[in-house]
Amino acid sequence: MGDRRPGALPAVLVVSGGEVRLTGDWTLGALSEVLTRVRLALAAAPAAARWDFGAVERLDSFGATLLWHAWGARWPDVIGIAEHQQRVIQRVEASAGRLVPRTSRFGAIDAVVLLGGALLQFRTHAVAFVALFGQILLDVVHLLRHPREWPLLEISANVHKVGVKAMPVTALVGFLIGVVLSYLSALQLKIFGADIFIVNILGLGIIRELGPVLVSVLVAGRSGSAMTAQLGVMRVTEEIDALAAMGISRTLRLVLPKVLALTLAMPLLVLWTSSVALLGGWVSAWVELDLSLGFFIETLPTVVPIANLYIGLSKGAVFGFLIALIACHFGLRVRPNTESLSVNTTASVVSAITMVILVDAVFAIATRSIGVPT
Amino acid sequence: MNGLPVVSLRGIVTRFGSNLVHDGLDLDIVVGDIVALVGGSGSGKTTLLRHIIGLTRPAGGEVRLFGEGLRDGSIHDRIARQRRFGVLFQQGALFSALSVGENIAFPLKELGVATGAELRDLVALKLAMVEMEPKHAFLMPAELSGGMIKRAALARALALEPELLLLDEPTAGLDPDRSAAFVRLIRSLHRELGLTVVLVTHDVDTLAALATKIAVLADRRIVSLAPLEETLQVDHPFIQRFFLGEHGRNALSRRNRNH
Ligand SMILES: Nc1ncnc2c1ncn2[C@@H]1O[C@H](COP(=O)(O)OP(=O)(O)OP(=O)(O)O)[C@@H](O)[C@H]1O
Ligand SMILES: [Mg+2]
Repeated sequence: MGDRRPGALPAVLVVSGGEVRLTGDWTLGALSEVLTRVRLALAAAPAAARWDFGAVERLDSFGATLLWHAWGARWPDVIGIAEHQQRVIQRVEASAGRLVPRTSRFGAIDAVVLLGGALLQFRTHAVAFVALFGQILLDVVHLLRHPREWPLLEISANVHKVGVKAMPVTALVGFLIGVVLSYLSALQLKIFGADIFIVNILGLGIIRELGPVLVSVLVAGRSGSAMTAQLGVMRVTEEIDALAAMGISRTLRLVLPKVLALTLAMPLLVLWTSSVALLGGWVSAWVELDLSLGFFIETLPTVVPIANLYIGLSKGAVFGFLIALIACHFGLRVRPNTESLSVNTTASVVSAITMVILVDAVFAIATRSIGVPT
Repeated sequence: MNGLPVVSLRGIVTRFGSNLVHDGLDLDIVVGDIVALVGGSGSGKTTLLRHIIGLTRPAGGEVRLFGEGLRDGSIHDRIARQRRFGVLFQQGALFSALSVGENIAFPLKELGVATGAELRDLVALKLAMVEMEPKHAFLMPAELSGGMIKRAALARALALEPELLLLDEPTAGLDPDRSAAFVRLIRSLHRELGLTVVLVTHDVDTLAALATKIAVLADRRIVSLAPLEETLQVDHPFIQRFFLGEHGRNALSRRNRNH
């Protein structure tokens, strides 16, 4: 390999009697190719040897560090050393041992601290989340008083981004879920000869439950993560500080438009996805049970009370609000490094989905007597 | 030092859309040179450094590093070639997820040549070279001031004991004391290791104190590559404005007083 590097001589060390003679280049480039041999030779050198630097061509701080460690961190008898080489070693000497590693051993106390930290962390999240929520409300009050300051452009851009652009993927997933749900139910219903109940099952299941939750999961993964990442990168690049320095409220300009847009867009997405899922369900029912589209559409309103649609849509709005707020909460907590960005984006998606399912359970209990045909 | 070219650029053409940045640019940098690359803002100095490193590829022309084409040889040869130069990016480009110490140790760790204790001493040494304290090793890049980012990035660029050092505005954001210390550091590295340095700078003080040659990038090519005294004789509007404007004159007279 030495031929690739014109002028680089291999580092050699010759022990003869009480003297160690160094020759060649003692540089990282030259040493890294013969390092094991050099280390062995250094270890084998007699402790009280005299070190002859007369034939050393070049010495860099890596070579000097290697020697310094081989010498046991003190000067041996040295001859023939050039002044600038001596300075290199002196620089190593001056800073050697000054960087004390921080030992971290994990003990029982650390485990308790970790647990407590996690709990306190949860508390800070809760407080910050509520504070952000409050700030949004204050912003809305402010906007109601100053109607000219509504960030309409941002809101409409966000509706387009989180709503319109999400339509194909939610439709595809909704259609497939509808097909699968209907197919499996139809198989069972056929056994009991209760074919026409397929409309009840699909109608109630999709409109009330599956539609909103399905869209929420998709939107949390798609738009929630994007919102967190966007705010996070703006934190990393100090864009949010720049906004603050211009006296522009970050919640008003960045958070509110996202939250409002998703709150508006989600019910529409739910409506869209539920419709497509019902269509998929009908396709399956038509193939399996020979159910006509006319009959399906006629029966639907009679077996599924309209309250279910309202419940589904309001769920959509609440979920959308929560997803956007959680996404912004984590986005604003990103610290200026890439690791924090990835941690917060993950946390944003996971928390949003968990939150949606929790709130969905609350909805189920609160509305247990509404819209369920008896 | 012999006249071996470390960097040799021939007929470089760079184009961003309709924006022609370099047009048939030639530049030769020989072993042991400290070349200051000067040029107006947006004249393509950073882009030129990126060509030399091989991050971008010029639309035309040839880049040779250590006498070899940038893409010559096996992947092994290419990696070996990349370890022979160190780069200081204009914005520092420290790894934000690693502490300063880990940033500096990173290239050495990748190489797998040093033991833990040696690594620590080398990190402390590099930090001392750029006038930082050992305790700064534990700070994260986000906790550094602008000037400290520059110095930590320089320490990282020095980690692999490079033969060629490419520095993009190393003294921008440093106080005059630190700039002077930087000049001393580069000088001593140059003397001890025969380092070749290419530095982009707008700072006439640094340039006058350090550069053995000055490359002037104007009109999309290198209009002059010569020691300072000769560069001053060149009749080109940019050179006249850069060195003989009020600020440049002051810096040069300071230098002459010091000599
Ligand atoms: N990725 C890119 N895409 C498009 N244009 C670019 C890109 N990078 C650089 N440019 C253009 O190339 C030109 C040269 O940019 P470069 O960053 O090299 O300038 P510079 O000489 O380093 O300036 P400064 O002194 O301000 O750092 C500029 O006009 C810039 O707009
Ligand atoms: Mg630049």
